[in-house]
Amino acid sequence: MRLCLVFLSLSALLLGGSLFCPAKESQSNNFAPEQDGKPESVYGEIGKAPEKARAKRNPLQNDPEAAAAGRILFEQRCAECHGDAAEGSKKGPSLRAAEIQNAEPGAIFWILTNGVVRKGMPVWSKLPEPQRWQLVSYIKSLGIAPARTPKSASDESRRPSAKDSP
Amino acid sequence: MFIRKAFLLLSTFFFVIGLLSFPALSRAQENPYFVAYDHYLEEPGNLEVEYFSTFGTQRGGNDFHSYWMEFEYGVKAWWTTEFYLDGQTTFGDSTIFTGVRWENRFRPLKREHFVNPILYVEYEHKSDADKILKEGEGHDVEADFLVPNALARQQINNEIELKLILSSTVKGWNFTENTLAAKNLSNSPWEFGYALGASRPLALKASAKRCTFCRQNFVGGVEMYGGLGDRYHFGLHDTAHYAAPVLGWNLPSGWTLRISPGFGLNDTSHQFLLRWGVSREISGFGSMVARMFRGRP
Repeated sequence: MRLCLVFLSLSALLLGGSLFCPAKESQSNNFAPEQDGKPESVYGEIGKAPEKARAKRNPLQNDPEAAAAGRILFEQRCAECHGDAAEGSKKGPSLRAAEIQNAEPGAIFWILTNGVVRKGMPVWSKLPEPQRWQLVSYIKSLGIAPARTPKSASDESRRPSAKDSP
Repeated sequence: MFIRKAFLLLSTFFFVIGLLSFPALSRAQENPYFVAYDHYLEEPGNLEVEYFSTFGTQRGGNDFHSYWMEFEYGVKAWWTTEFYLDGQTTFGDSTIFTGVRWENRFRPLKREHFVNPILYVEYEHKSDADKILKEGEGHDVEADFLVPNALARQQINNEIELKLILSSTVKGWNFTENTLAAKNLSNSPWEFGYALGASRPLALKASAKRCTFCRQNFVGGVEMYGGLGDRYHFGLHDTAHYAAPVLGWNLPSGWTLRISPGFGLNDTSHQFLLRWGVSREISGFGSMVARMFRGRP
């Protein structure tokens, strides 16, 4: 019986965590760019890369296979949050924005290594250094893309308008 | 009794259904350890479902096969929570459910450092018949496992376990050191233990082609763990210690397989432990559950 109580309490806690934490995250970390530009804080972290990290050169920049390998790594580890084409989603910002594409490879490598833990991006130092550089090669190969319009017609129709409010 | 059996049955059912029905499977880059922890937490919103087994030899008694299931969920990038179900079969005796565990790991530092600390807090509700050997602690030795299941299962323990995990990754190598302090809540002294691990992928660069048998998919290493006595008798006397090579295989399909033959290092340890495990990571599990309850497609 006590086991049952313990299990029920734990289940309630876990369920509560899984229900409310993502909900809160999706509100506070809405990475989809707004129509008038990108939220400042999303790309602010890359500016915090130290000078030494920025100055690092990609040792695989002349490796013709680096971007191809990076693409596979991206699909396996990054696309879930940043979108299949790195165009961004509610969980992660676009990596094709000028802020990323114009950043030094070393700064992107630094972000991959350190993550942005408080804002939901995990530390990726568990990938060996060459794999992180392969990811940098792929991300830099994508080039700048215009900001994706975040609100499709169907999203817009679901969004409550001011007149729907009481 | 019925509730426990139903509980095991339900969890197995959900495990199978879950693995078969989730399309959003992510490719895990898992460490190969069974006992030691490194500083990498579960990605936020992902659920990892894991099954592990341990076959152990027993001098003076029957060999055993213990097993546990883990449900590991990334609540935040700095917080991972896990729920365990433990059981065991002692050959020539019986098969029993032995307890549950609830574990939380917290990353206190924002960035990556040379040594990265993780704080670990676990609550265990288990019987004395628990044989999963998920950690070495106190004066736990091979002879403790000689008690028949019918007797051992009657003693239920509620225990709090704390760990300080210090882990470092250098040139593809991961080195980790876990210090453990455990307290049985029924007026027993604090017990201590340790785990050490080192591992490295067999190749550091990823292949430009999708492949199953590429060297980068394999992670090899070694771990060592054991008890350090208790508050009143701290040290190596009357403690068990093990060393085990470990191998993990991260399959492109999202599965991870692990195997580890372990060897007792002193007379009070089990002579041989063979561990294996299988796990699968489900991406976006948290969002999916949230959508389900909010009625969104």
